[in-house]
Amino acid sequence: MLRFIFRRTLQMIPTLLAVVLIIFVIFSVVPGSFISSLMAEGRNATNADVMAHLNEQFGLDKPLPVRLWDYLWGLAHFDLGISYRTREPVWNVIEPRLWPSIKLALAAMGFAGVVGIPLGFLAALKPGSVFDTGTMMLAVSGLSVPEFWLGLLLMYVFALQLGLLPSFGYQADSIRHIILPAIALGVSPMALLARTTRAGVLDVMNADFVRTARAKGLSEPRLVRAHVTRNVLVLILTTLGLQIGSLMGQAIVIEKLFSWPGIGSLLVDSVSARDIPVVQGAVIVIVLWFLVINMLVDVAYAAIDPRIKVA
Amino acid sequence: MLTRLGLISALALGTATAALAQDATPKDGGRFVFTAPYGNSITSLDITATPHTQDEIVAKAINRSLYKWNPESGKPELDLAESVETTDDGKTYTYKLREATFHNGDKFDADDVIWSYNRLADPKKALPGAEQMLQIAGVAEFQAGKADHISGLKKIDDRTIEITFINLAEPGWNLMSNYAPIYSKDYPEDQLASKPNGLGPFKLANYVPGSKVELVKFDGYFEKGKPHLDKLDIMLMGEASARDVAFRNGEIDVNVLGPVQYEAYGQDPALKDHISEVAEVYTRNVGFNTKIEAFKDKRVRQAINYAINKDLIVEKLLKNKAYSAVSWLPVSSPAFDKDAKPYAYDPEKAKELLKAAGFETSLKFSVTATPNESWGVPIVEAIIPMLAKVGVEVTTDPVEGSVLSDKILSDNFDAYIWSNSSGPDPLKYLNCFHSKTSQTACNYVKFSNADFDKLIEQAGNETDPAKQNDLLRQANNLLQEEAPVWFFNYNKAVMAYQPWVHGLKPNAMELAIQDYEDIWIDDSAPASRK
Repeated sequence: MLRFIFRRTLQMIPTLLAVVLIIFVIFSVVPGSFISSLMAEGRNATNADVMAHLNEQFGLDKPLPVRLWDYLWGLAHFDLGISYRTREPVWNVIEPRLWPSIKLALAAMGFAGVVGIPLGFLAALKPGSVFDTGTMMLAVSGLSVPEFWLGLLLMYVFALQLGLLPSFGYQADSIRHIILPAIALGVSPMALLARTTRAGVLDVMNADFVRTARAKGLSEPRLVRAHVTRNVLVLILTTLGLQIGSLMGQAIVIEKLFSWPGIGSLLVDSVSARDIPVVQGAVIVIVLWFLVINMLVDVAYAAIDPRIKVA
Repeated sequence: MLTRLGLISALALGTATAALAQDATPKDGGRFVFTAPYGNSITSLDITATPHTQDEIVAKAINRSLYKWNPESGKPELDLAESVETTDDGKTYTYKLREATFHNGDKFDADDVIWSYNRLADPKKALPGAEQMLQIAGVAEFQAGKADHISGLKKIDDRTIEITFINLAEPGWNLMSNYAPIYSKDYPEDQLASKPNGLGPFKLANYVPGSKVELVKFDGYFEKGKPHLDKLDIMLMGEASARDVAFRNGEIDVNVLGPVQYEAYGQDPALKDHISEVAEVYTRNVGFNTKIEAFKDKRVRQAINYAINKDLIVEKLLKNKAYSAVSWLPVSSPAFDKDAKPYAYDPEKAKELLKAAGFETSLKFSVTATPNESWGVPIVEAIIPMLAKVGVEVTTDPVEGSVLSDKILSDNFDAYIWSNSSGPDPLKYLNCFHSKTSQTACNYVKFSNADFDKLIEQAGNETDPAKQNDLLRQANNLLQEEAPVWFFNYNKAVMAYQPWVHGLKPNAMELAIQDYEDIWIDDSAPASRK
């Protein structure tokens, strides 16, 4: 197991290097720079000397390969660089956003799992029923509804009309503030989980070993609990892992809408300001989150299904 | 209670009138929930390190400068100084400083001013606020490395400082800037971005990056009896529709409105009586790059001004949340000519001018534009058919904000549409069209006119305010005649506020920047504000 984790950790390095390289190349060819972003509002002209000194201070006057090498050298020493905008170490900019992002991703996935998995199970147990049809219609709607619109709708209903929940904002110790953004973000993975679970359960229910168990007189609840659930879990876990891994990056719109201080909104702001060190830092964190979650999912496979050997 | 500002008459006085329910005695206490609407984050709590309005909204609560902007008089006035005396040559000012205390307990004195201004101007620090220091004598030498400090700053005693300037322009225009605050010389510089220490009415209590800034009353603030509020929360909310829901739900106390919301709020009986409007000092314009042969001819530039029906665009697209522009200076500027008439919508005259200039059918150019609803791609799309009617073919070059400024600074455009500062200091902002002002400074269209230069130079050397104003008025009128840009509109900033809020001011420089120390809330506020 430890060898597996070590090997997967090593495999992350080329992925991260590729990400860093791609971002460097993209931001070196797209128009706009940090200096020009200072004047984007058109209100305050920035002194030419200040611009020159900023370029020098951040090494923006150096050739691209030199900048890339400097960055990689820093990265090898766990140094993400200095933010152009805030002039603080990049980690200081990212760190306060990390926990709110993780919290939102976990809450959204919690909602998705708690609602989506039972819905998928129940729909599969009564295929073709009104419940099944209704659930799948809900799932399709959930997958297709724009998050922004759904978020606004939730705000309108639960904050403005019913007055039950705050419409925006973040409080470290408040559950009420996370409910609406978590639902808005979690509806899409919930729908996907419901569909995936239903398909998986139906598939297992038609398998030979289930037919045999049923022929042996096993009760339906016990059949589902002992044979179906365990066999479907790998599929559910895969979906869960992929979804939770990508939620941190997908939360941009929801974070913006609900003034949630996550990595996603930081990334967008940093792209607009061409704050490349923060963009790279944020992307590295998002990619790392995805890779680590997927590694944990792989590890969990072994616990669920003895036939899978992670080593 | 109708408190919508009587704008048109007020503008004649130089700025909109203060109007927002000042009829009662201010009440102390409570929590005010403000919004910073230009994004979901701020750059830094050290305002000297950033040029963004969003950061200024927070900085205004924490810091103070030598001067401050008075939204009612439309002029800068002393803030950290009690009095000032000027020498006969009009270039040396002696300030008697206030007794004041920083949030950490440090006493404010002349050394803090000298330290703060030297820091701002220090080229090694590359602070955007350095722009505000350029008028002080010795800054150029300091920035060029020929001096180790600014020679124009001289401490007389702890509470007296002498500042020498290089010209006769009113120094308050620069030194009132929120980007030029006074910091404590003894406070660790590396903490300014995270634990600011200012002289303002509120001190930082909690900052959640990307979400909100919570501030509490500073009991040692130098204006006795202020601030009225115990707490000030500034919510970072860039999304207009989210602000709308939060405002209607009573979660925030003010909402800065866009054109669509402006129309909706104006028609809503529950909201329409608590709206503040002001003509801000920003001129939306299409700048013509004079490197394009056709734009060297003023008849072409004038023709475009005649060919576009800007009143129609303001009405239909901006829902009247703007004032059609007459010239460069906004109507709130003291140098604005009240008798000046805007370019009329006259396509026939436009055709005649284009024909006379030799561009009857052959003029084609692109307009670089951001997606901004009030001065971006939607506006360019509206003018395309209007210009097509007079034989001018226009295309859109859509870009994002930082690319727009990048293209302009690198002279890589035919024309652009932008919103630029045009006040409050008429000399500073007309000087942008002086031929010696570089394109990277603010002469984006590389305008050059000897008569205009002469008027600006005369105004810069004029000590009589009335005569200076007259020269600037003439320069502005000449600029209108020369039409280096299509004069589109002046921004009408609109803010809705809850009925329990009092003391907001119609700040023509930026409505979202308020004198928080004057704001108070009355007994009708909900429990969450008490």
